Amino acid sequence: MLPIYCRFVVHSIQNEPFLFYDMSDINIVDAPPGIEGSGFFATSLDKVIGLARSHSLWPLPFATSCCGIEFMATMGSHYDFGRFGSERLSFSPRQADLLMVMGTIAKKMSPVLKQVYLQMAEPRWVMAVGACASSGGIFDTYSVLQGIDEIIPVDVYVPGCPPRPEAILDGFGKIQELVKNESGRRRNSDQYKQMLASYGIE
Amino acid sequence: MAEITNSDVIQLLNERFGNKVAGLNEPYGLLTIETTKDVIIDVLRFLKEGANTGFSFLTDITAVHYPERNHIAVVYHLHNMAAKIRIRVKVFLHELTPNIPTATVLWNGANWMERETYDFFGVKFEGHPDLRRILNMDELNVHPMLKQYPLEDPNRVDKKDEYFGR
Repeated sequence: MLPIYCRFVVHSIQNEPFLFYDMSDINIVDAPPGIEGSGFFATSLDKVIGLARSHSLWPLPFATSCCGIEFMATMGSHYDFGRFGSERLSFSPRQADLLMVMGTIAKKMSPVLKQVYLQMAEPRWVMAVGACASSGGIFDTYSVLQGIDEIIPVDVYVPGCPPRPEAILDGFGKIQELVKNESGRRRNSDQYKQMLASYGIE
Repeated sequence: MAEITNSDVIQLLNERFGNKVAGLNEPYGLLTIETTKDVIIDVLRFLKEGANTGFSFLTDITAVHYPERNHIAVVYHLHNMAAKIRIRVKVFLHELTPNIPTATVLWNGANWMERETYDFFGVKFEGHPDLRRILNMDELNVHPMLKQYPLEDPNRVDKKDEYFGR
């Protein structure tokens, strides 16, 4: 056994520089577009706030079925949702920025979901994860809500039954893009208020 | 407890109730009888508390809608755990007057089963202490397992044939 072990050690030492080169490839978020000069950097407040918010979203996981299990995998070390600034789940809607609805919503539960949405402070985003939350999925029946967009506005839909963790991460990336590019005035606009009013909110 | 077979139970029921118990049948070995709502509580009490029957466990209460015959059948499943035999008791009601006495006088566990049967089939259990919906949302104004109501939700928009090339 000993000679084989020694060969292995020699081999790994030979490859070491390449190994460390790969692991040191760290991504850093680009600065938003702006004017840069010696000792200063100027950009708009919206862009700075959007940049900060998008990398510090606190999600509220509203998990009712198998999509929730996929989300647990997404939170785990292998997919590591925390890389995107969402390490801290908010199990209270008061502190949450993003409502992630994962699973079948029965009609009896729809007032509960709506109340959770109403308890969230603006700005708030909603992600419908999986076929059931998006459209009712296979449950085309009298007792199941045919998509949560019947009761609350949805920003991003993630397809799949259930979606893999990669799909949930991709949907989260889409939410981050929305957050980054949102105007600071959007939530006060008439269009936004009309949209909420169409759901019977405020 | 001594061994009890289906034929023993049939004999006991015939002695006690005569022609008020009918439709004796044993599909797949499960003893099945039909009776009327006038004597259903007496039949259930006899099966539960009778000296040689001992069906002390109420497994389930449910119903079946037969629209072509204008019937709603209320179905009771009982279990004699000591003798390891089961019995199924059916009562046929007219679908416009689905009223039947409550079995909560015999089993407290019948409470939720009867609420569920009321929720889905609209069967009214007379004397039930709290007969209201248990599973469906309170605003639902139909009893959805009755066959005149569609199974599908009318708000569904993504099941049009054109999306599937039909």
